[in-house]
Amino acid sequence: MTATALEVEVDAPRRGEHPLLGFLVRRTLGALLALFVASILIFVGVELLPGDAASVVLGRNASPAAVQALDRQMHLDSPAPTQYWDWLRGFVHGDLGQSAVGLAQGEKHAPIGPLISGPLKNSAILAIITGLLMIPFSLGFGVLAAVFAGRSADRAISIVSLAAIALPEFVTGALLVTLFFVALNLLPPVALVPPGSTALSDPKELILPVLTLLFASLAAGIRMVRAGMIEVLGADYVQAARLNGVSERRVLWRYGLRNGLAPSVQVLAQNLQYLVGGIIITEAVFAYPGIGTQLVNAVQQRDLTMVQSVAMLIAVVYVLLNLVADVLVVLLVPKLREPA
Amino acid sequence: MTGRLRFLSTTSGKIGFSIVVFVLLVAIIGPFVAPHSPTAPIGVPLTGPSSHALLGTDYLGRDVLSRLLYGGRSLIALAAAATALAYFIGLLIGLIAGYTRSMADPILMRGIDVMLAFPPILFLLVLITGLGTSTAVLIIGVAAIQAPGISRIVRTATLEVSVRAYVEAAVARGENGVAIVLREVLPNILAPVMVDAGLRFTYSILIIASVNYLGLGLQPPNSDWALMISENRTYISLNPLAVVAPAAMIALLTIGINLTGDAIARALGRSYIPAIRTAAR
Repeated sequence: MTATALEVEVDAPRRGEHPLLGFLVRRTLGALLALFVASILIFVGVELLPGDAASVVLGRNASPAAVQALDRQMHLDSPAPTQYWDWLRGFVHGDLGQSAVGLAQGEKHAPIGPLISGPLKNSAILAIITGLLMIPFSLGFGVLAAVFAGRSADRAISIVSLAAIALPEFVTGALLVTLFFVALNLLPPVALVPPGSTALSDPKELILPVLTLLFASLAAGIRMVRAGMIEVLGADYVQAARLNGVSERRVLWRYGLRNGLAPSVQVLAQNLQYLVGGIIITEAVFAYPGIGTQLVNAVQQRDLTMVQSVAMLIAVVYVLLNLVADVLVVLLVPKLREPA
Repeated sequence: MTGRLRFLSTTSGKIGFSIVVFVLLVAIIGPFVAPHSPTAPIGVPLTGPSSHALLGTDYLGRDVLSRLLYGGRSLIALAAAATALAYFIGLLIGLIAGYTRSMADPILMRGIDVMLAFPPILFLLVLITGLGTSTAVLIIGVAAIQAPGISRIVRTATLEVSVRAYVEAAVARGENGVAIVLREVLPNILAPVMVDAGLRFTYSILIIASVNYLGLGLQPPNSDWALMISENRTYISLNPLAVVAPAAMIALLTIGINLTGDAIARALGRSYIPAIRTAAR
């Protein structure tokens, strides 16, 4: 024990334990805990509703017998903790449960999994394309703004990004549709994907949703890249390089970008996380058949089980992204590594 | 210019502040000067601008201008109420956690971590599924999204202030804790805590408008800018103004607040980094 205490004092890693490994384990446990609490919040939140779930789903005119039958089908007759446990256990094993609305419409089985696999794929396509474009664009504009700091190009970029981040997705989307559909008639105003095919079958439909998401998420990335670059470009070692006659281009790429990027990684990762939420609204604007549209429909129809499972799925993706971002940042920026 | 109005000395501060005042005036005075009823049809649906209806008519034949003039109040009032409630809760929790340095501290921090596990809009959607939609649900939901971030800032500021000499002097004089927190701590943390009030207000507007747009907030036939956009979205090529006008109002409002907030933060020598819209940090 004394040996360990001494080692901690001199800030050395404990014997047999990699400092990064400890961090990884702690962060993973934290993420699991967050997800557990999130699952309780989602379950309780949806079950908060006053009165009987089955009669809400079935509508006011449902016969008592039908309500009772649905109660039994949805296992609403068992106590709440049992329901929660069954739901969570099923979720962990990949069983997302049955759609309450599907059951209410008289179907014997309405498993949520197959119902949402198509929308999930479509949302993933939208998110991946946006994510791939976001990184080079925030780097490009951020570096541009930093190089021209204080001049008109920089000011234009910063004003536009300040404005862009202030706009809700549906306002950006509506204005883009006005421009590209009503005024120019270049792009379709909605992104309807026929059932059976994926969003990639008509890439033109993807342009406006992707632009909308980019608009909202680029600003923060640009600002962080700019700030990081300006700091580095003013640093002593960069000045020294300049005085040694290193060309400005080489200074920018070799010194600036490499060192200015590190703090931006986290923002880029957070932007990916933003996409998870932003996609819900953006899909609604373009009637894009993704998981966000599915969720909003489920909320409107009060499909309780569907909302629970889709919300939990989104929370899992969200927390995972956060975890990956944290670990990536620590790997890339040794400065941030906490002592074990 | 000195003191509180120093932010008006920059161009972007002036522009932003004027925009905010303009939109607020439209929202407040609008209903008194509206030429028509916001809910009754006045003619053929989806006609373009005319002398009878300056911005044309919407999909039910109602006057777009009148609906626009009525449509700001609810959004701004809801967002203001939600932000105020968030600050009240955040101040309460943050002051208690920061001043007492008790058990509340770690619990609070875990609570914030949990809120960071959700996209905020998802939290609100779950709440609406459970409770149905109402102004109370919107206000409380948005306040719950914002409060953790505020309480974290309040807590940090309180920790810093509560070791200052004037607080210790008050403790030595034997004043009670509540009086010290209200008279010594609170006035001294307000400035740093309120710096990002503009951002948080914008965020409240953003999220409430989004929920309204989804049809899960204010219900028709209410006139609300976000609702107007979603109602007329399908018919955008017939009367684009029915969509563009309310979109422009929301855009002006949020951009105006952000420009003003940016100018205020600069005047205070702080940086104003627009929140990444993931969670209430």
